[in-house]
Amino acid sequence: MEFKDYYDVLGVERTATRDEIKRAYRKLARKFHPDVSSEPDAEARFKAVAEAHEALIDVERRAAYDEIARQHANGQPFEPPPGWDSGFEYSGAGPGGMRGRQPGAGSADGADFSQFFESLFGRDGAGDDPDVHRSRTGNARAHGRDHHAKVAIDLLDAYRGAVRTISLRTPTTDAAGQVTMQTRQLEVAVPKGVRHGQHLRLAGQGAPGQGGAPAGDLFLEIEILPHPVFRLDGADIQFELPLAPWEAALGATVTVPTPDGSVQLGVPPGSGQGRRLRLKGKGLSGKVPGDLYAVLTIALPPSASEAEQAAYRAFAQAFAGFDARAALEV
Amino acid sequence: MTQSHVLASTVLVVEEQVSFTLPALCRASGAEPELLAALVGEGLLEPSGQGLADWAFGGDALRQARQAMRLARDLDLDPSAVVLVMGLLAEIDRLRGQLARH
Repeated sequence: MEFKDYYDVLGVERTATRDEIKRAYRKLARKFHPDVSSEPDAEARFKAVAEAHEALIDVERRAAYDEIARQHANGQPFEPPPGWDSGFEYSGAGPGGMRGRQPGAGSADGADFSQFFESLFGRDGAGDDPDVHRSRTGNARAHGRDHHAKVAIDLLDAYRGAVRTISLRTPTTDAAGQVTMQTRQLEVAVPKGVRHGQHLRLAGQGAPGQGGAPAGDLFLEIEILPHPVFRLDGADIQFELPLAPWEAALGATVTVPTPDGSVQLGVPPGSGQGRRLRLKGKGLSGKVPGDLYAVLTIALPPSASEAEQAAYRAFAQAFAGFDARAALEV
Repeated sequence: MTQSHVLASTVLVVEEQVSFTLPALCRASGAEPELLAALVGEGLLEPSGQGLADWAFGGDALRQARQAMRLARDLDLDPSAVVLVMGLLAEIDRLRGQLARH
């Protein structure tokens, strides 16, 4: 485990006031929040920033961290000495509660703090069992929490439906009150036609309930991975269809790929670059099925040999009056 | 390691096949009922039913409620700012999609 310099993560001095820490966090959170940021590593950066804020904004946690930090430099191997925190008594969550302490099913929930953080402050600094959704009346019968995870599938799996085995890491509390991560595998039937960003609900696969209350559900957010040929646009799928100039000009029947296999497609005469030919209902299935679009591009044949160059010259002669730049009016 | 098999019949596509009561949406999204009620007030979430106890949210509300909860929690935004940000993000998404099509 590496020691983390939380002050460095937030870009503040060790002497920073609570307001300075809050300001630095806000600024970085706006920059790297995965919902608003287009930075490539936004999610990881935001996690680091949120964790640093969580450690430093709470007076007790910050004091405990500073004590350990005096003996370590950033990046050095770190093991908390036994009983290191015996001098500190935590009263629970600081102002604002434990940000990001939602229990994560699966590693991609975006809410797990680092092992370093948990070795210092515990998995659940607030003292509540994170997996139990308590009713406000304090009833001992409590519905198990719902869990969330992301699952990435191929476009063709979304198109045809597929059975996928996913591994999920779930925090579990043992009899001694120790929280350990358990891995379980689930075989999930991904329904045909599922869209990017949609959620699947697996009833009863969340955290167990207490006092005979039902278990929570597991929600899987679907991510459809990019495909080398087909591109998704909601329920529609599109791909680029290159044509030779004579096919575009004279019309042709060409063999094209679809997620269902190859089909013959009629290209009408005079089809220009960028024209979209629709194969109705060949997109993702669903209540309103999507369409498949072939977007035409014109491929320029080579002019390497003498015969090829002669053909281009004959072409130019036949179109002596054609001005490719007429629209530029120069 | 434990291995479980989940049958196809128990897998539902939330956006198409699931609706939520207010407590169920709180549980599923992690958002407090006060935030969800404020989002209804702002017109972001549009449940059917008259009072809080009768509200039924469509499956799309899960994604919206989760995003709203993250923005409110991580950026300390109030509900009207959350709705403004979500509207702008949706507009950016729409424009990016348009750009990719041309």
